[in-house]
Amino acid sequence: MRSRLFEAALWLSATAVITFLLLPIVAIFTRVPLGDLVHQLSSDVVRDALRVTVKTNVVALAFVLLLGTPTAYLIATRSFPGRALVLTLIELPLVLPPAVAGIGLLAAFGRSGLLGDELSFLGVSISFTQIAVMLAVAFVAGPFYVRPAIAAFESVDPTLLSAARTLGAGPGRTFFRVALPLAAGGLGAGAALAFARGLGEFGATIMFAGSLQGVTQTLSLAIYREFDLDFDSALAISALLVLVSGVLLLSAKLVAGWRSTYTSLIPFARSTSTSG
Amino acid sequence: MALDVHIAHPLRAFDLDVGLSVPSETLALVGPSGAGKTSVLRAIAGLLRPKVGRVALDDEIWMDTDAGVDLAPERRRVGVVFQEYALFPHLSVRGNVSFGGRAQVDELLERFRISALADARPVELSGGERQRVAVARALARDPGVLLLDEPLSALDAFTRAHVRGELRELLRTLGLPTIVVTHDFEDATALADRVGVLVEGRILQLATPSDLIAAPADAFVASFTGANLLRGVAGPGPSGLTEVALDAGFTAYTVDEGNGSVAVAVYPWEVAIAHDAPDDSAVNHVRAPIASLVPLGNRVRVRIGPITAEVTAQSVERLGLEEGDVVVASFKATGARLLPAP
Repeated sequence: MRSRLFEAALWLSATAVITFLLLPIVAIFTRVPLGDLVHQLSSDVVRDALRVTVKTNVVALAFVLLLGTPTAYLIATRSFPGRALVLTLIELPLVLPPAVAGIGLLAAFGRSGLLGDELSFLGVSISFTQIAVMLAVAFVAGPFYVRPAIAAFESVDPTLLSAARTLGAGPGRTFFRVALPLAAGGLGAGAALAFARGLGEFGATIMFAGSLQGVTQTLSLAIYREFDLDFDSALAISALLVLVSGVLLLSAKLVAGWRSTYTSLIPFARSTSTSG
Repeated sequence: MALDVHIAHPLRAFDLDVGLSVPSETLALVGPSGAGKTSVLRAIAGLLRPKVGRVALDDEIWMDTDAGVDLAPERRRVGVVFQEYALFPHLSVRGNVSFGGRAQVDELLERFRISALADARPVELSGGERQRVAVARALARDPGVLLLDEPLSALDAFTRAHVRGELRELLRTLGLPTIVVTHDFEDATALADRVGVLVEGRILQLATPSDLIAAPADAFVASFTGANLLRGVAGPGPSGLTEVALDAGFTAYTVDEGNGSVAVAVYPWEVAIAHDAPDDSAVNHVRAPIASLVPLGNRVRVRIGPITAEVTAQSVERLGLEEGDVVVASFKATGARLLPAP
């Protein structure tokens, strides 16, 4: 009797959680039928926001991958003093309030910021430009890639890297031919998560880049703006972002398991893929 | 061709201090796990930088801490077969073998009978096949030195005996300076011309397998080579023999001289079994029930009290030996080696 009660309590809790998570999503799609979505998204505001979002996020993700991958490999394969500290620093944006990130970026790169004089001497102004959006996205979403990338490289058997070296491969060739392909599943999953997080970036962007239509106004910012003016339009953008986020999360999970068919080491377990 | 190695390097619990000179022969490094065997291989391959040392293949200096020379692993002409083989899981058999060099891949696949498996991934291979791929891969770069780390330990007992024979033939044919690390003395004797016993970072004894058995340096080497070790206290006995009062409760005689706390080493194949104490040249007799009979091919290991004897299956049948039978195990005073107690 007791064990049945316990079982019932478990199911009840799970049902409550799932309902709570599902309700807002369902509500969005009840208000915006999928058929109307394309029509609703055809306004200038939305099209501009879509363009800005795709451009800034693609560039930001490219930089995150380009710089984050070697960084993750270094941290995963070497031990050096202060390694734990570096790891914590990399994880910090995961827990930092986005508004704080925005203030921080402004204080660093803004006109009167830490690097303000140097940047204005070079004739560069960053705040309230698309570069600012890219920096904000990279800052906030970067750890979503780098953290799983470290885990993916750590799960590559170091003996395989040693084997490559004794077979004549230098450190570079060992990285590209052994470490990278074996970590690819985890890297892909991390990239998808970072992209999803970047698309939803709001707090840091609005503080550091503002919300100028066609320049810095991303989809998330457009939702906030349309929310007052045209609620249906805000709902439509939200519906679009729900779909994109869902697809990204799903692909992250698929890609993470992708290499496991011939590697005993799953670089990035499916069940933990959302923990960063 | 000769590989010269001298390595001194602090490990966790002790210092590794090993000097070896390996001409075109196979040298086995045996010893308990954690003795530093794998560290020696890693230092030769360039995967571990020893604090002090020198590694050279003839006049090619790979590493010399005095001269400040330390070639990267990829610049040393060394072929390594790793423990568990370390095949690249994302590459086919052909991809694995050609990783080190493309020149003679087809020839190697042919030679190691893995041509039919060229497109298979390592996960699809049996243990024996993986071992052949690992050796083929190590040879693809035309190495001047071959290092094998526990090449047989990943195999089941049946495959192991077969692969051991193949590997022995291969190593003979290659004629490269070769070091095989193993914790199994039988593998070592089957594969190697000389065997070095490595304990806590130092080579206790380096000799041919038959010399190790004939004159083990100490009790550890003796037990490693498969001898029975009987502890006891030695003192002078009759007619110039040494008498050892064994802890197991009986007395043994040996021609070796010794005093005080000792170990008597007796090889199982030097122990004879009879129903009654035989009237022959053996002076040591142990009467006890048979505790176990374990067949090993055409031989049987018979456990009698504190002693293990190894006799032919034919003898076991002729004598009608069964567990529980009280028999006499006997060995000669010349077959009882006296060693300092471990």
